[in-house]
Amino acid sequence: MAEAPAVLGGATTRPVTVTVNERPRSELVETRLLLVHFLRQTLGLTGTHIGCDTTSCGACTVLLDGVPVKSCTMFAVQADGHEVKTVEGLAGAEGLHPIQEAFREEHGLQCGFCTPGMMLTATALLERSPSPSEEEIRWALSGNVCRCTGYQNIVKAVASAAGKLAGR
Amino acid sequence: MATTEIRGIGHSVKRQEDARFIQGRGTYVDDVVLPGMLHLEFLRSPYAHARINSIDTSAAAAVPGVVAVVTGELLAEHNLAWMPTLSGDTQAVLATDKVRFQGQEVAAVIAESPYIAKDAVELIDVDYEPLQAITSPQQALEPGAPVIRDEKEGQTDNAIYHWEAGDKEATDRAFAEADRVVTLDTFYPRCHPAPLECCGCVADVNPATGKATIYMTSQAPHAHRTLFALVAGLPEHKIRIISPDIGGGFGNKVPIYPGYVVATAASLLIGQPVKWIEDRTGNLISTGFARDYHMHGELALSGDRITGLRVKMLSDNGAFFADAQPTTCKAGLFHIVTGSYDIPVAHVETDGAYTNKAPGGVAYRCSFRVTEASYLIERLVQNAAYELGVDPVDFRKANFIRPDQFPYKSATGFDYDSGDYEAAMDVALEKLGYAELRKEQEEARKEGRLIGIGIASFTEVVGAGHGAEYKIAGLRMNDGAELRVHPTGKAVLKLSVKSQGQGHETTFAQIVAEELGLQPEDIEVQEGDTDHTPYGLGTYASRSTPVSGAATALVSRRVRDKAKKIAAHLLETSEDDLEWTQGRFSVKGAPEKSTSIQDIAFAAYTDVPEGMEDGLEGVYYYDPPNMTYPFGTYAVVVEIDRGTGAWKVRRVVAVDDCGVRINPMIVEGQIHGGLTEGFAIAAMELITFDEDGNCIGANFMDYLLPTAWETPSFELGETVTPSPHHPIGAKGIGESATVGSPAAFVNAVVDALAHTGLRNLEMPVTSDKVWAALAEAGLAE
Repeated sequence: MAEAPAVLGGATTRPVTVTVNERPRSELVETRLLLVHFLRQTLGLTGTHIGCDTTSCGACTVLLDGVPVKSCTMFAVQADGHEVKTVEGLAGAEGLHPIQEAFREEHGLQCGFCTPGMMLTATALLERSPSPSEEEIRWALSGNVCRCTGYQNIVKAVASAAGKLAGR
Repeated sequence: MATTEIRGIGHSVKRQEDARFIQGRGTYVDDVVLPGMLHLEFLRSPYAHARINSIDTSAAAAVPGVVAVVTGELLAEHNLAWMPTLSGDTQAVLATDKVRFQGQEVAAVIAESPYIAKDAVELIDVDYEPLQAITSPQQALEPGAPVIRDEKEGQTDNAIYHWEAGDKEATDRAFAEADRVVTLDTFYPRCHPAPLECCGCVADVNPATGKATIYMTSQAPHAHRTLFALVAGLPEHKIRIISPDIGGGFGNKVPIYPGYVVATAASLLIGQPVKWIEDRTGNLISTGFARDYHMHGELALSGDRITGLRVKMLSDNGAFFADAQPTTCKAGLFHIVTGSYDIPVAHVETDGAYTNKAPGGVAYRCSFRVTEASYLIERLVQNAAYELGVDPVDFRKANFIRPDQFPYKSATGFDYDSGDYEAAMDVALEKLGYAELRKEQEEARKEGRLIGIGIASFTEVVGAGHGAEYKIAGLRMNDGAELRVHPTGKAVLKLSVKSQGQGHETTFAQIVAEELGLQPEDIEVQEGDTDHTPYGLGTYASRSTPVSGAATALVSRRVRDKAKKIAAHLLETSEDDLEWTQGRFSVKGAPEKSTSIQDIAFAAYTDVPEGMEDGLEGVYYYDPPNMTYPFGTYAVVVEIDRGTGAWKVRRVVAVDDCGVRINPMIVEGQIHGGLTEGFAIAAMELITFDEDGNCIGANFMDYLLPTAWETPSFELGETVTPSPHHPIGAKGIGESATVGSPAAFVNAVVDALAHTGLRNLEMPVTSDKVWAALAEAGLAE
């Protein structure tokens, strides 16, 4: 059970514990604090970006218990007790995640602003569908907008990452 | 000796900048956090046109955590309520007398957190007296229309400019003598570059030193520094603009916006850093939109030859004329409208009007309005072919400027550098299987299916420009490059331009690699910090490669000239006896006697010839002798659903000739992106307004962007016609596809119905418009 809300500086606050990139983070937050601001401002994880404020563009996509969510449309308190993965948590002890390697190799990014959200959505797709068709990739990514690449190389990168993961 | 190939020009080198972006380690402006930083939030006008009777900020100012509430009245005390625009007009920083468009900045709250700032904005009470909104340039120019810019001395109507190019008399004569005249009236609607990162800044004026460090989303940091000095009266050496990683620009980050000015003024007055980060609605309703050109074009024809072109254009510039304009050209480079065709005479008449809409516009992935020009001529030539009953491809070929005509002087005064339009078109037609597709189209029609093939054979004009003729805000459009080779043979290249995703850190390193024989990963490219890079006008209008790319090649050659002197000293010979192969000087006829660029670099700091200064570095400011003229042919195949009017793209073939390609992988990425934005404009992107001036298209639920699902796949091809005046023969590629492709998409949809007499559909070509055309032709199912 969550503790009773406290009031700090006129705003309602509540303690939360969110496991971010496998590390539990306990903070006292305003109840209206968006998850994306919790990640960016409270924790300093600025790899997650904000592109639209209306759940349309997907730049703020993170994984919540492995499922892509748009962190601009979720409160930090809703993530209490859950696991969040951001772009900073993609690479592991053995180096870059195959999706990161593939985005670079296939020129799947230009300005880089959509890239973290795009990669996290793609990893969730590959988790549930290890060798997706082009159509499946395009459909899975359709909640993430890219203004630079025209998607063609992003689609190639996701297919390439699928191959890399299969070879592991 | 075994040598490793230098990965210079022509190599698809993987991008150096990607390492930070794929790991979330980039630094965009919203990632900048400074001690004591405050946050700015705007109150924006709900009305398109209203008089401001009063503004009560007391309740907002009383919110705990609010440090200041800034109004136009306060700015006026510091002479900052108005600022100059890039086209010599003025723009309100914060409204004082009236609001002139919905979304205009009225007041700003500076607070300890963005949440508190937003809360306080809600408490500002403004008493508005609504006025009639003007929502079209035609309405604006009607006699008796309310004057939007009544604060401007001598402004008695809503006209902004009248500007002409070409020869009116000769053009009228050509039309009088023509066999046939083909006419097209079309509207290139208002759209928005909408980079995924909105605009923003962190202004940090240090009260002790007086130094203003401004982190901002700027495509042109040096030009912005000078403008800040001129506008705010700050000494220029006390202004440092840092343009960090930028999340896309497409022209949106060229102008100076009120947010930058208010944040800087607030930091100066309060003595703490102030951050302004625009939200998406603010971005779409107040910052640089694009297009909004109402165009009338006429072609005079004799037989299958175009003998004249007449164009009238009326632009809707919103409440403040804030286009980026190269000096005298009031409609940018729109007069390039003769396109790829040898048209002996032309006359272009342009007018601009104020309306109660957001100011602008910028050129969305476009060199100063070449996009609108290209769209008009490519739509006109297709219609002319239909009227003559000839294939649009044959009609284009009959009228192309021929390779032997270059350098070519166009009827409106442009000096085309090089081109082979038919060759590019042939590559596209072959890739497409054009003849078979036309047969398939014919067969399909018999079965009741509607297939359309659209072509656009565009010519761009980019890389502005020769400084004597092209200036922005009086500044010559030149760019610089500074190269320092360190003792161990590693180098730093500093540029005046600024990438927003184009991959400068890789491409420009490859130019140095090619010229000096260093590997690209041994060269670090730095941009975007005005204290540490040479002066120049920045990245837009596809000008980085044509201008800073040339500066980079030439500074490398300057450094190599010094390296040669050092090599002669090291090899105890004369310079005349040396020859250069990538990365190494050797003695002619004695290749075993040689020295590498790395050894020369070390000697530059340890063992120079007597009388020579130490060091191996240089700087070069490049003033282009001319602009460059990339071109190509795009072909689109669509199929129309007769039940819904929806059109599906079956094929997109894009053949570009951008001269020499430095990094083919990056070039193709630029083309993919440009084609997608061209498709978006043709199919869905639209900023429109209701009769009261309310903006429709104020968020990504209303302003539609294509996702991976809607976006077609692209098939690319190339020809290479180097620019004769560019040091490495490159022309620039960032914008070709956005310039050329909208006409190809629209031509394709029109082509599917051309046999019914259809000659025009307005962008965005939505299903309902196509369905109405089907219904009129009796083809709707």
